[in-house]
Amino acid sequence: MPKGLVIIDKERCKGCGLCVAACPFGVLAVTSELNRYGYNVAKATAPEKCTGCAMCAQMCPDAAIEVYRMAPAKEGV
Amino acid sequence: MSVNVQIPAGYVPVYTRPRSLSEARFTYCPGCHHGIITRLVAEAIDELGIQERTVGVAPVGCAVFLYEFFRCDFAQAAHGRACAVATGIKRANPELIVFTYQGDGDLAAIGTAETVHAANRGENITVIFVNNQVYGMTGGEMAPTTLPGMRTVTTPEGRDVRATGYPLRMSEMLAQLDGPAYITRQAVFDVRHVQMAQKAIIKAFQNQLEGKGFSLVEIVAACPTNLHLPPAEANRWVVEQALKYFPLGDLKVRD
Repeated sequence: MPKGLVIIDKERCKGCGLCVAACPFGVLAVTSELNRYGYNVAKATAPEKCTGCAMCAQMCPDAAIEVYRMAPAKEGV
Repeated sequence: MSVNVQIPAGYVPVYTRPRSLSEARFTYCPGCHHGIITRLVAEAIDELGIQERTVGVAPVGCAVFLYEFFRCDFAQAAHGRACAVATGIKRANPELIVFTYQGDGDLAAIGTAETVHAANRGENITVIFVNNQVYGMTGGEMAPTTLPGMRTVTTPEGRDVRATGYPLRMSEMLAQLDGPAYITRQAVFDVRHVQMAQKAIIKAFQNQLEGKGFSLVEIVAACPTNLHLPPAEANRWVVEQALKYFPLGDLKVRD
């Protein structure tokens, strides 16, 4: 399982691409998929590369991105 | 968040939508820095745990629907009068945390007098000033902060300083006064600057909690729509053009 998980709220996304530019690992891309408002939406096209750094979410002007990270394994487990 | 996705076991949240934001979609254009700044204000309110007693004052301009985006009380001021309205709210209810969120057409043009006098009186309010060098909502007319030579719909040949004067540096102007406690200029064109802007906004709210007085955070922003640039190029434009005239940094910090 990848270290990070990025979830984009498709209906909030306006396809500006600032998350794509902010991502240091090339996880995201603006796709040809449209939402109900007619915007091309950004998607995690390479989710396996995600480290959960949340730089995409910090740049998103529509607060459309949530980021999760694999919790570190507890000691002795 | 309106998206229903099952988070697999073992994942913990790193970044989630601020609680102080409502479910409403932002009405800003794609790539608009207003969206980032609105989110940062909501994060600051969450961080300080002041949502229950925060009152915002919405401006006229692109952020006019601010009261729809936040889960806190709001007043809508007449164009430019947000600092005056905030003064009234704060003086009548000193326990409330009052902030205004204004653009350059609002704060630096029609509202200059209210802003300067609120700053000079050292009113204990927080002002978020989004300087995108243009009147965004009405179609991209020249603002007092428009850069020399910058093309807008009312200056199609570029702003001619002989006819329309020079861009107003509001933060430098207000920093000359004895009233304000904190005046800073930030930007949000990349992640590092977003984080710095967030710290500044939190400090501006913190100052109000500590009763230090007037705190203003100016944010040099891009309006991709009226610059006629894709959002990523508009960010570069901020670095290459706007920051030359509006250098970043703290202009006044009173301890």
